[in-house]
Amino acid sequence: MFLLAEATSNAAVINWHTVFFFVVAALSCGFALAMLFSSNIVRMAFFLVISLASASGVIFLTGSHFVGAMQLMIYVGGTVVLLIFGVMLTAQEAFITMKTKAGDWVLALIVGGSLFALLTQAAFSVEAWHSTDYQQDLVKEVEKFNKDVIASMQSDGRAELDVEDRKLTKEERVTLSDLQKRIRHGYPELTGQIGLALVGVRTDQPSVEATGYTGYLLPFEIVSVHLLVVLIGAAYLARAKKRSAE
Amino acid sequence: MAEYLSTWIVEAGWDGWGWLAYLLVALVYAALLLNVIAVGAVVFIWMERKISGRIQDRLGPTRTGGKFGWLQTLADGIKLLSKEDLMPGEADSFLFKVAPYVAFAAGFSAFMALPFSDGWVALHLNIGIFFLLAVLGMEVFGVLLAGYASGSKWSLFGAMRQAAQTVSYEVPLGMCLVIPVMICGTMDLVSIGNQQSGLFTNWLIFHDPFTFMIFWVYFACGIASVNRAPFDLAEAESELVAGFLTEYSGIRWSLFFMAEYGSMFLVSGLAAILFFGGWNGPFPIFGIISEATGWSLESGVFATIARFGGLINFITKGVLGVTVMIWIRWSFPRLRIDQVITMCLKYCVPIAAFCFIGVLFWTGIVMPNVNSMLSIEAPSNHEDYTGRANIREGWVKDVDYTVSQHELSLAKKAGPKVLPEAEDDDAQEGDDDKKDGEQVEGNPDEPKVEVEVNKAAFNNLNNNASQPLLAQQESLSKKGAN
Amino acid sequence: MEWLTPDILTEPVGLSHFLAVGAFLFVTGAVCMATKRNTLGILMGIELVLNGANINFVAFASPYFREDNLGLDGHLMALFVIVLAAAEAAVALAIALNYYNNYATIDVDKANELKG
Repeated sequence: MFLLAEATSNAAVINWHTVFFFVVAALSCGFALAMLFSSNIVRMAFFLVISLASASGVIFLTGSHFVGAMQLMIYVGGTVVLLIFGVMLTAQEAFITMKTKAGDWVLALIVGGSLFALLTQAAFSVEAWHSTDYQQDLVKEVEKFNKDVIASMQSDGRAELDVEDRKLTKEERVTLSDLQKRIRHGYPELTGQIGLALVGVRTDQPSVEATGYTGYLLPFEIVSVHLLVVLIGAAYLARAKKRSAE
Repeated sequence: MAEYLSTWIVEAGWDGWGWLAYLLVALVYAALLLNVIAVGAVVFIWMERKISGRIQDRLGPTRTGGKFGWLQTLADGIKLLSKEDLMPGEADSFLFKVAPYVAFAAGFSAFMALPFSDGWVALHLNIGIFFLLAVLGMEVFGVLLAGYASGSKWSLFGAMRQAAQTVSYEVPLGMCLVIPVMICGTMDLVSIGNQQSGLFTNWLIFHDPFTFMIFWVYFACGIASVNRAPFDLAEAESELVAGFLTEYSGIRWSLFFMAEYGSMFLVSGLAAILFFGGWNGPFPIFGIISEATGWSLESGVFATIARFGGLINFITKGVLGVTVMIWIRWSFPRLRIDQVITMCLKYCVPIAAFCFIGVLFWTGIVMPNVNSMLSIEAPSNHEDYTGRANIREGWVKDVDYTVSQHELSLAKKAGPKVLPEAEDDDAQEGDDDKKDGEQVEGNPDEPKVEVEVNKAAFNNLNNNASQPLLAQQESLSKKGAN
Repeated sequence: MEWLTPDILTEPVGLSHFLAVGAFLFVTGAVCMATKRNTLGILMGIELVLNGANINFVAFASPYFREDNLGLDGHLMALFVIVLAAAEAAVALAIALNYYNNYATIDVDKANELKG
């Protein structure tokens, strides 16, 4: 994300990536909880929307913009609209709020709570996962690049020129723009790679040549056909039945 | 800007407050965008009233604020603010209150990714257009919630119609947006805009007959997706009182209105970027000046002026689009709901699919476009911009680059003796190209061309041969002219 | 100025935090599936569960947190999950509507015809 590594010049600076992570994560989890404890079905749908949209924010913060936008588009824009449709079609007084027995709540919360404890325990059990050096490494790389440029300027006499005329060489400019891209946009080549992988070419792992490892063409096709089947099936299931007049 | 501010704050002795700079910058961006929507809405509403008046052979507002009634909307806004905020007793109070903000937030956040001039964008995303489409689709939520929460039958009907309409029109809209993306080879809106720099023949609408056709489909779908007449079924006054807006009044109602006018500008701004060159004017004045005087378009005062010019271009185009929408609204009768859905599924989707295939073949067979026939070089704004084809071939470039890197690492592993030999390299690259060639199409001539492009692109990546590449392109375009 | 920059806001977040969010969404969804009696409520729970899984996939695939990440596989898995979730929602919704049409209720506890 563009926020990454901007605020890393010295240690005691607020890390906006972290801040935004906590904001988005709190929104996502909070509205998920709200959804769980709300008994009105339409409000549940609304809370689900916000929770899912914030979850797409979490995905954006991992740097995978394409998946995040896909989440917004399909989950939030498609699936949940469908759900709300369903809610409206079936929303009658009796079904809008359906209460659950207290015993069910207790049981579900105990099981869920222990599952959550277990999963979080597992997530935090690996020391290396607690934090990341990515930003520091990036900063180091930038510093190294700075040093290199200064050194090469001194070595080939550019340092004596006026400040205006100190141009970067082509290689340096490419490195610089690459670094800038990584600082501002995370890793933008990813979208192209996803597209290529879907038509069967893996650009990130050229070494894997064995059949079945080269790309995702077949799954992609299967999913497309599957979607078509679902389209027809859902239309068939939900069609208005003609009640024969008796 | 943020870096500058943060260092400035630290230097001024406010140690530990550097983070404030980032917050300030974010606030500035947000305020600017908010103003675009708010001022835009004020102007557009005034324009709508004036234009509709003229179309119906009356004057429209004339009194408030001088001769043309400039301040009419502002006065209306103040009136709306002071109105009582009513809520029906049947309403679901929480959702009723929240719904306008949802609609407004969706419309507002779409502006985050909309570039207003070359590089002037709040959030420069690599997938800008996709993000825009996704966020635009969320606006329907506000309407749905409003319709449900109002607890009125009119509102519910309006919301259901709106949802059905928006969900169906997202399909042709998406297909229309894919076409410029396919031509440009990127979803980055800034890059798409920059690729259309130069003479107006370089705009994507003049790229080929299919893009010319698809623009109209896009515009129709855009109007439908922002819920304007003749597709404004959700608020059909003659049938549904005011649809989902029936129970709203005062500030909440005006929020819905702002969202609507905001997304109108968004849709026509997107049309401007995708089909009409975005911030590039019909004639590259700044490009010519820059070439004549050597002033840089990259940075400096002249670049800023050029970008301001671009901003004016872009806003003009966007406002023009909105004007056309207003014109359409007051000229066409409203469609029935079945006609709306018919138009989407029976006309827009097939036409969009047809155009998609048409453009695919047009670019695949490398048919000439207007620009290549006129043989006018597009003066590019960027030094490292090497033409539309090159961005598209960037994908192949990626493959090539990784393959060559892999070979290098293999060679290193094998020891210093076995250097990556030319033959080996060629064979591998050839293989790769064949794969690509087969994917693109079965044309036997194609792979050869691809090899050349690949090598050129690869060289370009290593920055040895960008000059020859440019020369090559020039000669190619000249050949096209002959 | 110490209070302005607590450690929790200056340290970069790691993989664990993302996994915890994923786990939370997963558990909430699962509990939602277990406690709701409304068919559509259960569907919403399923969406949350799938979403939690998705966050894990994407987090494991991100180069921000680990050197040897899942890479493209993670992203593509997440994409397929999203698409399949949409398909599943469509079919499940159609079934729910059908159920509602036939039995005039959407309470899953009443759907016990196959119980014998």
